[in-house]
Formats: sequence, C-alpha cells, structure tokens
Amino acid sequence: MTALTSTAALRETMGGHFHALGDAAVHKSAPIAWCTSVGPTELLRALGFEVFFPENHAAMLGAARTSQRYMPVVHAQGYSPDICSYLTSDIGAYLTGETPLEAYGLSGVPQADVLVFNTNQCRDVRDWFEWYGRRWNVPVIGVRSPRALEHVTTDDVDGVTKQIEGLIPVLEAVAGARLDHRRLSDVVRASRECSDLWEACLRTAAHRPAPLTFFDGTVHMGPAVVLRGTESANAYYRILRAELEARVGAGTAAIPGEAYRLYWDGMPIWGRLRALSTLFEEFRTAVAASTYCNSWIFPALDPAEPLRSMARAALELFIVRSEQPKERYIEEMVARYDVDGIVFHDCRTCPNNSNTRYGMPRRLADRLGIPTLVLDGDVNDLRCFSDEQARTNIEGFVEQLADARPAATRRVTA
Amino acid sequence: MNYWTGIDCGSWATKAVIIDDDAQLLGSAVVRSGADLSGASARAFASALTVATRARSEISAVWATGFGRGSVGFADGSRTELDCHGRGAAHYVSGALVVLDIGGQDAKVIRLDDGGRRLAHRMNRKCAAGTGSFLDEIALRLGVEPQALDGLARAATEELELSSFCTVFAGTELLTLIRAGKRPSDLASAAYRSLINRVASMDVFPGRVVATGGVIAYHPTLVRMLSEKLGSEIVVPPHPQEMGAFGAALAARDGAAAVGPEATHVRT
Ligand code: SF4
Repeated sequence: MTALTSTAALRETMGGHFHALGDAAVHKSAPIAWCTSVGPTELLRALGFEVFFPENHAAMLGAARTSQRYMPVVHAQGYSPDICSYLTSDIGAYLTGETPLEAYGLSGVPQADVLVFNTNQCRDVRDWFEWYGRRWNVPVIGVRSPRALEHVTTDDVDGVTKQIEGLIPVLEAVAGARLDHRRLSDVVRASRECSDLWEACLRTAAHRPAPLTFFDGTVHMGPAVVLRGTESANAYYRILRAELEARVGAGTAAIPGEAYRLYWDGMPIWGRLRALSTLFEEFRTAVAASTYCNSWIFPALDPAEPLRSMARAALELFIVRSEQPKERYIEEMVARYDVDGIVFHDCRTCPNNSNTRYGMPRRLADRLGIPTLVLDGDVNDLRCFSDEQARTNIEGFVEQLADARPAATRRVTA
Repeated sequence: MNYWTGIDCGSWATKAVIIDDDAQLLGSAVVRSGADLSGASARAFASALTVATRARSEISAVWATGFGRGSVGFADGSRTELDCHGRGAAHYVSGALVVLDIGGQDAKVIRLDDGGRRLAHRMNRKCAAGTGSFLDEIALRLGVEPQALDGLARAATEELELSSFCTVFAGTELLTLIRAGKRPSDLASAAYRSLINRVASMDVFPGRVVATGGVIAYHPTLVRMLSEKLGSEIVVPPHPQEMGAFGAALAARDGAAAVGPEATHVRT
C-alpha cells in the first residue's frame, strides 16, 4: 500500500478535535454534546457545543482491539452480545475506566451536558445514549426517524424538520445561548463544503489505478465525521484532495499492479482493517469504493434552508432507505467505479448496516452480471470473524475473477 | 508422461494425490493433520508417492489447497479449496452443477457454469453446524466412533428430529431423546437429518449436485438422505475425500493462475 503523506495533517486535525474536547471537559470552556454520526451536528456547533461522537470512539476501540476486553463487561450487565458491538465496546470501556483518548491527554471520555441522537441509522444509538443519560443525569434528546424509505417525501422531511426544531429549546437551555440562525447557516455551508470535498476525494478512486482504497477512506474520513461544519475539516480535505489528484496525474496506485477492483458494502471490520487491507493488496485488488465512506456525503445540505436541508440530508442517506433505492445506489457505484465485484460484509451485531439478509447480494449479482461475496464478520466483535474463513472466501473470490478475466490474470502474474 | 501432485491440507486430514497428464489417479494418501501441517503434508506426499510408485524427482509440480495451503512449503502454487473441489468435480461431471463439500470444519457450496467456471460460492458461518465436527460430537454422545453412525442410521425406523443446528443445543436435545428411550439408530439418523437441513439451507440446489469431502466419503446413508431431501440425484465422484487434492493436482497440471504472492514462484 502506497502511504498517503496527508496522514500527518490528518493526525494533527484529529488531535486538534480531541484536544478541544479535552479543554472543554476540563476547563468548562464550552458545553459538550454527544452526537450520532449523522447529526444534527450542525445545530450543535452553531450553538457553541464541542461535539463528541461515540461511534468514532467505538471505532477506535475496535481498531485497537481493546473492545474484546470491554464488551463482556456490558454483556454481564444484561446487554445482549447480539446488539451493536459499538455500544457494548464503548460502555464497557467507560466501565473499565479506559479510553484511547488518553493519547490526546484526556483522562476519560468528555462527559456530556446533553446527548443528541438520530435513530435514522438504528435504535441502538438511542439505547446507547440513554445509558449515559441515566448515569450522568443529563438530557437525552433526538430525532426519531422514519426508516426503510422508498422515497423521501415532503411529509418525511417536514416531520424530521419539526423534530429538529423541537430540540432547539432544550439545547439552548443547556448551552445557555440563543441559536443564531446566521451562524447555523454558516455551519451548514461549511458542512456542505466538507461533504463536497470528501466526495471529490473519494471520486478520485474512479480512476485506474485507484489512488486510494476503502481502507484508506475509513481512516481519512475522520474529519468528515467529527469536524463536519468546521474550517479545519475543510482545510484537511483540500490537502488530501490535492494529494489524490496529484496521484491520479502521476498514475500512482494505492495498490501497485492493480488488477481487480471491488466495491465494499457494510461496516468496516475495525480490528482486521490492516490485515484485510494487506490481504487485498496481496491479490492486487483495490477495494475502490464503499457505501460506508460515501455515507458522509450530504448533497442535500443547503445554507439557505439549514434545518430543512439537515432533515433531508439525514433522510436521504443509504442506511435510511429501502432495498430498491439501496440497490439502485450500489448499481450506480458499480458503474461509476467500474468494479469487478461486490463484497458485502454481514456484520453480526449491526443488521442496520448489513445488506445481506434479504437477498440483495444475489439479486445484484444476477442483475449486474458481476459476482458478489458475503463476508461474515462484525464491526467490533472479533468473535464473529474467522481469519481463515475470510482469507479463503476472499482468495476464492479473486480466483473467480482471475478465471473470468484471464487477461487480467496475466497482468497479475507479470 | 508428466506427473502432478495435489495436497489438500485440511483442518482434520491432509490428503495427497498423484496424477498423470491424463488425470489418472496413480496414488493417494490421507493422514491426520494434527498441529504440524507442514509435517503432515510431507508425510501425505511421501505416502502417495509410494502408492503411485513414483519418485519425488518425477513430479513436475505440487500444488496445495485447503486451509493449511500456506503451510505446504514445498508447493509450487496454491488455489483455494473452493477452486479445487469445483475443479475436481467438474473433471468427473460435465455441465452446470452445484458442488457440495462437507468437510471436518466447514461446508461449502460451489456453483459452476457449464464450462466448469465458478459462478459463486458460499461457506457456512463460523460454527460446527453442518460439518463433520457436528457428527463427531453426536458420535461422542452416543458412545460410538463417527464412522459407526452410518451403520446405525441405516437401521433407523423412526423419524426423529433434532430441531437445533447448534452442536451444543443438539447435544442437549439428544440427551432428552436418550432419556425418552429412543434407539441409537434413530438418533444417528436424526443427527444426519439435522446436518442435511443445515447444508440444504445454505443455497438452492438446482440441477446436478456433486458431493465431496470426508463426511460424504464416510457416511453414504447421509448422502442417500440428502438426495431425498434435495429431490435430486447426488453424484459422488471417486475418492470424494481426496477431491480437493485431486483438483489441486489438476490446477498444477493446467497451470492455473495463482492469485496470491505465491503467483511469483509458480513453476508451470
Ligand atoms: S448503525 Fe450499527 S454499528 Fe452503528 S450504532 Fe447502529 S447498530 Fe451500531
């Protein structure tokens, strides 16, 4: 894997975010809100909150594989091993008194003054936040979203907009400030720019060879998740985009000798990110695009209509949609990134982000005429993942691609 | 005439076969894999050479397959067992087919088109359900050797169900049935039925089905019951347990493209 030099700027950007949270927690310089990954982040920033994203924290625990120690602590408290392993990793880490944020000088996760969820992705986020709400006796508020949408209707957007508006009085009371609508508009503008820049970065992978892979994307999407709506995220993505465009110009491949291209659907397997990345590289296969990294692209965000466009952006997301729009979306990505096959991760503890359970992989294989592979695993719980089985599955899949395209095989072995 | 070797280093057994240019099987051997996969591969290879009355120097290439394929240090190339079982089955049976391989630790369904090319595959989840391990556990609870299950199941008269796929839960169900005075033969047949229900739910089985793997080799009554369940004839090729190794030998002979880093040291 050809390493991206932007990674140094990425570390600095993410470090800035965590240090700001640490300051807010220690010096009470700003109120702290916990927020689900999709928001309503912009509203929180406009009110002056420092925003913490537990999903990002849980992913760090997964990547460090410390989640294996934390999850059982929460299972023992009556939370099933079958529910979201982000939830059980994160609460388990809290109960154990450990966090990877220690590397940024924080002694623990920054305690929330309010927790704000959006159930557009799953119910687990609400249960997760309510655990902390009970613990700290702070408000837990949020959007109870419609899900499995075929079309996003005006009624759907109206309903969610009303719910977001309904959060404002509580948030103003916690923040001790009135919402400045001009500021909100500015944050939404910055958030939209972040979304556009991030999309531009990801789209460079449509070139052959791809200058970045899904595995790079899961790391470099950090600022789009935790700093959306700030200039520091946008500054970072300008750096990354410039590097990726330079790579495209120079024909620099993320995977030297790229012979095959795949699309990844579903959650990352955080504890095996590096191993899987190396494995695909061994097979000269670029996982060029993914639903997951694309989930932080919000074309609906519009500074002229901040709250309404936030509602629409949250509802238009892949995870909130029914099977048909999801299939149409993947079909479009397969064409855009010109991939040879699709890998579906069946994430044991996240049915919400596993598109394997209602026949989609086979329907798409039949319709698109490209092979699909289902990998059993989990976002954080490695007990649900077998290295050997994954290796055989992936290697067997690439063999199948090689046999179907002997010309490419010659490129592989050259 | 050239000679080719395939070694299938599986979780339970390691199999080696020697074939000639016409894919005639000249010798084969099966040894326990144990913890030393490299040693097991060498032993299986040596035994197969003895049976085939060939010397090591006469072998043009050795290809490995199976979960321990990376441990066969003397191999010239490798392909997954998904490829090799499919390749082996397609050698014996022409036309579009579904290969069902039931091994010690996993079960696989491999769909091939009429040219023998792989269309799709499915592997069972990370558990013993639908594999030889399930039968080993049941045999242990019945106090018999796994190979004895077949003789028992053949004499079954009552159709009992083990509703669970889970080895642990099925074991508990078995105890309940034993306490209820059910006959061991009916219990063995119930275990077969449970395994069959599990593998039958892994995929659809249109058209011809070819069954391979150690479980198929040692449990013919299970194959008959599986055929009844799927409503189709099941072809069991010669040497079903060695089918992966046979496929690896064919890959060696045909100079299949290895896709991993070992692609660089393929001699063919
Ligand atoms: S979408 Fe899935 S992984 Fe994310 S919080 Fe919800 S259940 Fe957990």
